[in-house]
Amino acid sequence: MEPPQGGQPPSALPPAGMTPPGRGHSSAMRRRLVKIGGIVLSLVLTLLGLLVVTFVIGRVMPIDPVLKVVGERATQAQYEAAYQALGLDRPLWEQFLRYVGDVLRGDFGRSISTGHPVADDLRRVFPATIELATLGTLIGVCVGVPLGVIAAAKRGSWIDQVARVVALVGYSMPIFWLGLMGLLIFYGILGWVGGPGRQGIIYDGMVPNVTGMILLDSALARDWGAFRDAFSHIILPACLLGYFSLAYISRMTRSFMLEQLSAEYITTARVKGLSETRVIWGHALRNIAVPLITVIALSFGSLLEGSVLTEIIFSWPGIGQYITNAMLAGDMNAVLGGTVLIGACFVGLNLLSDLLYRFLDPRAG
Amino acid sequence: MADRTMTRREWLLSDAPQSRRQARLGAAYQGWRTFRRNKLAMLGLIILVLLVLTAIFAPWISPQNPYAQNLANRLQPPSGANWLGTDALGRDILSRLIWGSRTTLFIVGTVALVAPIIGLFIGTVAGFAGGWVDQVLMRVTDIFLAFPKLILALAFVAALGPGIGNAVLALALTSWPPYARLARAETLTIRRADFIAAARLQGAGRTRLLIGHIWPLCLSSMIVRVALDMAGIILSAAGLGFLGLGAQPPLAEWGAMISDGRNYILDFWWVAAMPGLAIFVVSLAFNLLGDGLRDVLDPKGAKE
Repeated sequence: MEPPQGGQPPSALPPAGMTPPGRGHSSAMRRRLVKIGGIVLSLVLTLLGLLVVTFVIGRVMPIDPVLKVVGERATQAQYEAAYQALGLDRPLWEQFLRYVGDVLRGDFGRSISTGHPVADDLRRVFPATIELATLGTLIGVCVGVPLGVIAAAKRGSWIDQVARVVALVGYSMPIFWLGLMGLLIFYGILGWVGGPGRQGIIYDGMVPNVTGMILLDSALARDWGAFRDAFSHIILPACLLGYFSLAYISRMTRSFMLEQLSAEYITTARVKGLSETRVIWGHALRNIAVPLITVIALSFGSLLEGSVLTEIIFSWPGIGQYITNAMLAGDMNAVLGGTVLIGACFVGLNLLSDLLYRFLDPRAG
Repeated sequence: MADRTMTRREWLLSDAPQSRRQARLGAAYQGWRTFRRNKLAMLGLIILVLLVLTAIFAPWISPQNPYAQNLANRLQPPSGANWLGTDALGRDILSRLIWGSRTTLFIVGTVALVAPIIGLFIGTVAGFAGGWVDQVLMRVTDIFLAFPKLILALAFVAALGPGIGNAVLALALTSWPPYARLARAETLTIRRADFIAAARLQGAGRTRLLIGHIWPLCLSSMIVRVALDMAGIILSAAGLGFLGLGAQPPLAEWGAMISDGRNYILDFWWVAAMPGLAIFVVSLAFNLLGDGLRDVLDPKGAKE
C-alpha cells in the first residue's frame, strides 16, 4: 500500500505551500474514510446515471414493447392487459424505480429473441467477450509498450519508422475489413487458423464449463486438443484486436516517453553517469506508468465494446454479437441489459484508472 | 512600420516583429515551413485535397451513374470499362466510391469539429475548478464514456430512424468524453505548476488562467488525439454503415459497400476490397496529416 499522499483533499485548490500538516492518526484515518466514501458515492451516482440513460432510451424507442409481447393481432383488451402487466400505465418515476430495483436484483427481464432471462444470456456470452478482449489487450501491451519506448528512445531510427508505420496502418484500417481479409487469407486460402466461431464442431461442449473461457477451461481440464482447437479459433480475432490495441498503446507510449525524455531530470540522470538503459527503463518509463495505465484501461474498455464488429465477422458468440442481433430484432430487454453490463464495466475501469492516478502520481494530488 | 525593402519572406521571418500581427503570421509561416519539410504529412494533405476535389466534382468525374443497375454486368472483375469492377447489382464500383467520398467528408467534418471542443471545455474546467464542479462534470463524462459508442449509436439510430444525420449525431455525442478526460488529466498535472502560481500572483483570474495558460498546454495532446480520432470517426461511421445503420441504400457509403461485398468475399474479392482500400487510404491521409500537424503545433514534442 502506498503511504497517503500528504493530507490534501483531492478536489479543492489550496494555494501551494499552504496545506495543513497531518494532525495525527485519527484525522488521517477519517480523511481516508471520507475519500473512500466519496468514491463509493460517485460510483453509485455514475451507475444511476447509466440506468437513467438506458431507461430513457428504452422509453424513447419507437418499438412498442406491448406488441412484442402480445403480437400484432391481439385484441384491444389483451393489449390493455399486457400494457398494465408491464407497468406502462404507472408514472415514469415509478417505472424507473421499478427498473432500478429489477436491475439491482439482477433481473433484466426476459429476452424475446432467445426466450431466456437476459441475465442468463449475458452470463453465457460475456466470458467469450472477456476472453477475446483480454487476450487482445495482452498482445497490445506486451508488444505496444516496448515498441513505443524503443521508438521514443531511438527517435528517427529504423525501429521508430517501423513503429510509426505499424501504428499508422493500425489506426487507418477498418477492423471489419481487415477481419474479412484475414479470414479470406489465413482461413480461406492458407488454412492456418480455425474458422469463425470459438471451437471446432468436434470439440463443441467437450470441455466442462467452469469459467466460460474456453482457453482456461480446457487448460483446467488438461484437454490439450481442445485447447489447441480453441487457440486456433481465438488467435486471429485476438491478434486483430491486439493489433489495434498495440497501435494505440505504442503511439501513446512514444508520445509520453518523448515528453519525459526532454525533461531535466533525465539530463541529470545522464550527467550522473547512469547507463542509457537505466535512464530509459528505470527513470522515464516509471514516470509514464500512471498515464500509461489510464491508456491501457481505456484501451481494454474500447476492445470490450469494439469487439462488436469483430464478433460479427468471426461469428464470435460474445456480448457484441448478442446486442447487435437483439437490436436488429427489436429485443429491448436484451439490448439494455447488455448495455448496462458493458457500461458497468466501463465505469469500473474508469474508476480504477482514476484511483491509480491518485495513488501513484503525487502531482495529481 | 517595417521598411518597404524587405521581401515578404523576410518580413515573416523577422526576429524582431514590429506588431502582434507580424509575430502571429511569422509563427504561422514558420509552422508551415516545418510542416512542408514533412513529406508524409504533405502526402496526407495532398490526398485530402484530392478527396475534397473529388467530392466537389463528383458528378463530372465519375465515369458512370453510381445508381445505374445492370444485372447483365454484375460482379465483373476490374477491367477497362469498369476500372474497379462492378458490384452485385452491376453498378460501377469506382463511381460509387467517388460519390461515397461526399458522405465520408460530411461525417468527418461535422464530428471532428464538435466533439473536441466540447471535451476540451469540460475537461479543463473540471480539472481546474476541482471540487464539486469536477465531481459533477466527471460523473457526466463517465456516464457518457460508460456507453459503448456503437451500442449508443445503434440505440440512437433505432430511436430516430436509420440515416446519415442520426449516425453523425450519435458519433458526436459519444466522441467527446475521451477528450474531456485527457484534458482533465493534463490539467491536474499542471495546475499546481509554478508558472500557474506566478500568473495567479500577477492577478490573473480563473478564466484567464484557463484560456491563456491551461488550454494552450492541453492543445498538444488534444491534437494528437484529434489526429488519431479523425480516422477513428471515419472507421466508426463505416462500421455503422457496415451494420446497415448509417447511410441507407441506394446512397453510396463505403462501409455499406463492404457489407454488400461480404457475401461474395471468397469469389469476388474486389467488391469488398475496393471500398475498404478507399477507407484505408483516407484514414491514412488523415493520420499522416495529423502527425505533421503535431510536429508543428506541439512545442514539447518538437523541441527535442
